[in-house]
Amino acid sequence: MYAQALNAKDLTPVRAEDPEKLAAFQARIDAEEKIEPNDWMPEQYRRTLIRQISQHAHSEIIGMQPEGNWVTRAPTLKRKAQLLAKIQDEGGHGLYLYAAAETLGVSREELYGQLLSGKAKYSSIFNYPTLNYADMGAIGWLVDGAAIMNQIALCRCSYGPYARAMILICKEESFHQRQGYEIMVAMCRGSKEQRQMAQDALDRFWWPAMMMFGPHDSDSPHSELSMKWKIKRFSNDGLRQKFFDATVPQAQYLGLTIPDPKLKHNKKTGHWDHSEIDWDEFVRVINGDGPCNRQRMKHRRQVEAEGAWVREALHAHAAKKAARKAA
Amino acid sequence: MTEKATPLWEVFIRPRNGLAHRHVGSLHAVDAEMALQNARDVYTRRGETFSIWVVPSAAIIASDPGEKDVMFEPTASKIYRHPTFYEVPEEVGHM
Repeated sequence: MYAQALNAKDLTPVRAEDPEKLAAFQARIDAEEKIEPNDWMPEQYRRTLIRQISQHAHSEIIGMQPEGNWVTRAPTLKRKAQLLAKIQDEGGHGLYLYAAAETLGVSREELYGQLLSGKAKYSSIFNYPTLNYADMGAIGWLVDGAAIMNQIALCRCSYGPYARAMILICKEESFHQRQGYEIMVAMCRGSKEQRQMAQDALDRFWWPAMMMFGPHDSDSPHSELSMKWKIKRFSNDGLRQKFFDATVPQAQYLGLTIPDPKLKHNKKTGHWDHSEIDWDEFVRVINGDGPCNRQRMKHRRQVEAEGAWVREALHAHAAKKAARKAA
Repeated sequence: MTEKATPLWEVFIRPRNGLAHRHVGSLHAVDAEMALQNARDVYTRRGETFSIWVVPSAAIIASDPGEKDVMFEPTASKIYRHPTFYEVPEEVGHM
């Protein structure tokens, strides 16, 4: 999901762990105990979590951009306020997640530096452009829908601070998907042009949303250990199928056509069968060659540079106040 | 990044229902005023809060998780501290 790029090879050598400590750690995980920041943990558990949580945080922050594109052009004041509230939440969620990652002994400045230098990844979905206002509907409905499905599973992650951040995020985010679907309903009940816009948005976001769950389990080498350590509770393919099954009827209600000629209800399994995902596209976008990768990073770096004087001034002001108090 | 690190604060909020302040998370801020404002913006966007505490993370004294056995073990044997230890005749009903 937001940690799709975890499949990128981690080249740092894996340290041999004390087998006794490792066994005690696994016993705690198996007993459903939460692991807390000061507890002993295998180095690779720590590293996987830092990568996963920070990718998740970066995704929240970069994810503000495609929606920010439509704030000034939202059709009504109500829609504008809703969109702003959603983007504000995403900023907050980024903060919760950075804070959770920091408990593992890495600073936010360091994580942020990794995003800006391009070393750290974020979800592929945010590298697609938002071309018409119906995209705000499609993103809320599909992208937030997929994210929520993944995040609900993460509420039971074995690492305490991450699980707690997820609970908070899920609580706040439940309005995001409903907000998006409501836009889709309004447009599908509107004029012919509005229905076309909704269909166009669905056509462009359907497959990228399905890619959010990451590669097939068979191509996901880190999954097994993550499952064993209960960082991850459900497989990529399992969650994706669940999302397909939940979403197809919602599209049917809207009267929209899902862009997949092979989509068919399988009476035997009870699931929806679908075409294979274009994994070449997925790899391209994750590795920096999506439609908007450069634009997203350029914007992020520019904003960071332009805000430097504010952060500097804040520190100077705090130092001055502290000095005055001491005098 | 060469930028100066911004201090970390822990945030506690008291919900409207009058319960005690509860830890909700942390944030970065250069001073107490900014910490309070950021806490309001980040942790209380749904009108669920009556009051906020912010505490510099460095000021918190915590028990050592490595010594939790020594620290908490003495209570394990004192089952008579729980109401269920005591038997009340059935005829008496709920107590």
